[in-house]
Amino acid sequence: MTGLTVSADALTKVFRDADLGDLRAVDGLSLSIRQGELTALVGPDGAGKTTLMRMFAGLMTPDEGSLRVLGIDVARHPQRVQDRISYMPQRFGLYEDLSVQENLDLYADLHGVPISEREDRFARMLEMTDMARFTDRPAGKLSSGMKQKLGLACTLVRSPDLLLLDEPSVGVDPLSRRDLWKIVQQLVDDEGLSVVVSTSYMDEAERCAQVFVMHKGRVLADGPPGSLREKAGGLTFTAETPAGTPARDLQARLIDRPDLVIDAVPQGGNVRFIRQPGADEPRMGDLLDGIETSARPEELEDAFMMLLRQQEDEAPASLAATRPAEVATPSKDGKPVIAVRDLVRKFGDFTAVASTSFDVGRGEIFGLLGPNGAGKTTTFRMLCGLLPATSGHLEVAGRDLRTARAQARARIGYVAQKFALYGNLTVRENLQFFGSAYGLGRRALRDRIAAMIEQFDLDPEAKSGLLPGGYKQRLAMATGLLHQPEILFLDEPTSGIDPLARRAFWRTITALAKGGVTIIITTHFMEEAEYCDRIAIQDAGEMLAIGTPREVRDMAGTAGARDMNSAFIAIVESARAERGRRAAA
Amino acid sequence: MQAIVLYISQTLALIQKELLALLKDPSSRALLLAPALMQTLLFGYGATYDLTHAPYAVLDQSRGAASREITARIDGTGVFKRVATLQNANQIAARIDSGDALLVIVFPPDFESRLAAPGDAPMQVILDGRNSATAGAAAAQVGSIVAAYNQSLGVESPISIVRRAWFNPNYESRWNLMPAMIASLSMLQTLMLAALSVAREREQGTFDQLLVTPLTPSQILIGKAVPSILIGLVQSTIIFLIILFWFRIPMAGSVWLLYLGLVTFTIAAVGIGLSISAISLTMQQAMLYTFMLIMPLMLLSGLLTPVRNMPQILQIATYVNPLRFGIDTVRRVYLEGATFADVAPNFIPLLCVAAVTLPLAAWLFRHRLS
Repeated sequence: MTGLTVSADALTKVFRDADLGDLRAVDGLSLSIRQGELTALVGPDGAGKTTLMRMFAGLMTPDEGSLRVLGIDVARHPQRVQDRISYMPQRFGLYEDLSVQENLDLYADLHGVPISEREDRFARMLEMTDMARFTDRPAGKLSSGMKQKLGLACTLVRSPDLLLLDEPSVGVDPLSRRDLWKIVQQLVDDEGLSVVVSTSYMDEAERCAQVFVMHKGRVLADGPPGSLREKAGGLTFTAETPAGTPARDLQARLIDRPDLVIDAVPQGGNVRFIRQPGADEPRMGDLLDGIETSARPEELEDAFMMLLRQQEDEAPASLAATRPAEVATPSKDGKPVIAVRDLVRKFGDFTAVASTSFDVGRGEIFGLLGPNGAGKTTTFRMLCGLLPATSGHLEVAGRDLRTARAQARARIGYVAQKFALYGNLTVRENLQFFGSAYGLGRRALRDRIAAMIEQFDLDPEAKSGLLPGGYKQRLAMATGLLHQPEILFLDEPTSGIDPLARRAFWRTITALAKGGVTIIITTHFMEEAEYCDRIAIQDAGEMLAIGTPREVRDMAGTAGARDMNSAFIAIVESARAERGRRAAA
Repeated sequence: MQAIVLYISQTLALIQKELLALLKDPSSRALLLAPALMQTLLFGYGATYDLTHAPYAVLDQSRGAASREITARIDGTGVFKRVATLQNANQIAARIDSGDALLVIVFPPDFESRLAAPGDAPMQVILDGRNSATAGAAAAQVGSIVAAYNQSLGVESPISIVRRAWFNPNYESRWNLMPAMIASLSMLQTLMLAALSVAREREQGTFDQLLVTPLTPSQILIGKAVPSILIGLVQSTIIFLIILFWFRIPMAGSVWLLYLGLVTFTIAAVGIGLSISAISLTMQQAMLYTFMLIMPLMLLSGLLTPVRNMPQILQIATYVNPLRFGIDTVRRVYLEGATFADVAPNFIPLLCVAAVTLPLAAWLFRHRLS
């Protein structure tokens, strides 16, 4: 054996599309992946990670170049490779009507696992995934984190020589994500399994022995996390937020100066940032005037952002383009814009949201956080008037949107979780329709569409359905803001878009809040909670914590000191332990 | 006043968006025209009870002048085509069984002599009853040929029936079937179109985006119904023109009345389609419901078999079937030249169906839990 599980040389895959032209998803890529290691493919959306994975698995044939997996030419003998690998695609094909056990049996049958080996293997898988209690439950009734774990268990019903995981943690909450990685780590440690995983989470890549940073079908950089990290060495700092101002104001100030600052994100109440290597000292001094800064150890995320930003420099900066115009400030009367009292929602005998109360003030950014199935989407839909509440009181801009007269809805904007505009209409046609639906007059409509197209740098004649992910999200934002709403509802707006686009997106949000727009947002990127004025953490329908990001971190005790992700895990786990004790008592 | 203008402009925007979304897609554009054209031609040429080249066999045991004369007359009509001349009675069964011949005509050995003598001279016609409509038509045709021969002999039967088929002088089944197509073929499409319209938006998530706008359920209803109705009428028009100018079936009544009937009928059909759409969460569901409904709608419509031949209970059921009244209105206006007063009772059930299904759909938009 050569010690290589995958070796690719000048690999190219081109997708031809009559509307979009040729797309070089993988473009002359060469890499070698070592045996018995955990290897990560990281990169923004559309970097070619999934295409590469599918070629490894023999599900796609390369157009050019050579690819050997486990020493076999995949293009020529895909079946021989497939007999020895396990591949988990982004959406694993679980049979939702079959129980957990039946799914396992089915995949064992499909892979021809001998009956004699099954008992041990199943027991081990169920123990690792902590699902032994749920073997009779239909897969469709599991939360999405649990489904993902079951998907992994089904993938591993036999012992493969190579495990391929394509974005296993997309749409999975921090707790399930942690469990998933525990399982993978255990397999690598105990069985010396070779694993290739694609991910957009840097903390996951940090756990791997080898990391390949991909961009536009090529490898930008590779190496162990330690050596990649060094690229940002000496450039990483933390800036302390002046008292009495939100961290996001400082973050906005820093990120608006791409000539001096590569990246800035709020964390733990302060702002962590990366300096431009050649930043002009006096100007840097002006920018940071009166602000305490301290050096901090560099992380993989810093190096990743640097690499991406360097690529971005060649293209027009996406950030400046999405900076919003100021919105007219509505009068501040001090009354809460959203008032929720004892809100309950039941589906049959399942309580999705249990007695929830909170207020949101004007111009606030309010974040709803929680694991999958915690009830945050249900709460969100009730607020927007898309779902009736079972009981309780609910007021948005002084009304219950569900029963309010239609015009009350003109005061809110809504951005759905997945792209919810008309795909075969152009950008302009979509904006025209929604603008008219919101009752904008001919002139106002023309002006607002022009403003939105400029602000979000959209091509008005492009077909909406064919826009790349980040641009779809911009169009959704443009549609939500077209009628200058007082309140903007955003349901997981940043899932599935790359880190650069996320920075730009949050810059838009913080500017809107500054202009007096109230923002309600759900997210499962815990670090994004730092942009919010206040956050609420829900689990199993119950409100576990509510307050400013700092208050919530303090609530979590020492675990919360580091970052929001750990604070979140600590709060949800202690609440679950408490519930367990109550149930036992 | 301003509120009304706003209501109308919002609704128009939705109608425009619906039409745009439908017509921009080349494949769905083709789907709007091709099936109507193709099915009309198919039905026009393919679906007929009329006799042409009906195969028959002869067993002539009398071998006389009279039997030769009658056989020659049958051959001469152009309706029948002789496929075999049989030698003995044992060959008859095989011909009918195999379907080679629709009918066998038998002249008994004493046919000639009995004809010369006073009294009856029977000849036998054996028909394949498995195809009852065609067999009946063939028997009638043979009957009239024989009657004509009788007349040429100077044999006058005491009563002679002179048939005049009103509205369809030549008994062409195409005349009966084709005008009904104006209603039934376009209904297939409008039902499907309406059934998919909301379900598609629910499936793709765009319906939520629509529900959070200030559009009221009534606006969404109008915005969804009007494009389907328009497309239904375009289809009806295509079929109507083909029937009128290609198949040359003369139109007896008023075009205005025909369209008044079609509009009312299409509104009722769209109401059913939108109700299906509003309860469906996915396009697949909507399609299943529609297919489930189309068969009974067609069977209980009087398209192929008359409603009054059905058992009482099914006849009552046909009152909720818009297709029954759509077809009846179109046939009567087209073929009979019926006036509004003649077909007015048809409008009542159609309007009732629309009055129930349309508000139901509008209510379901917001109340269907997802």
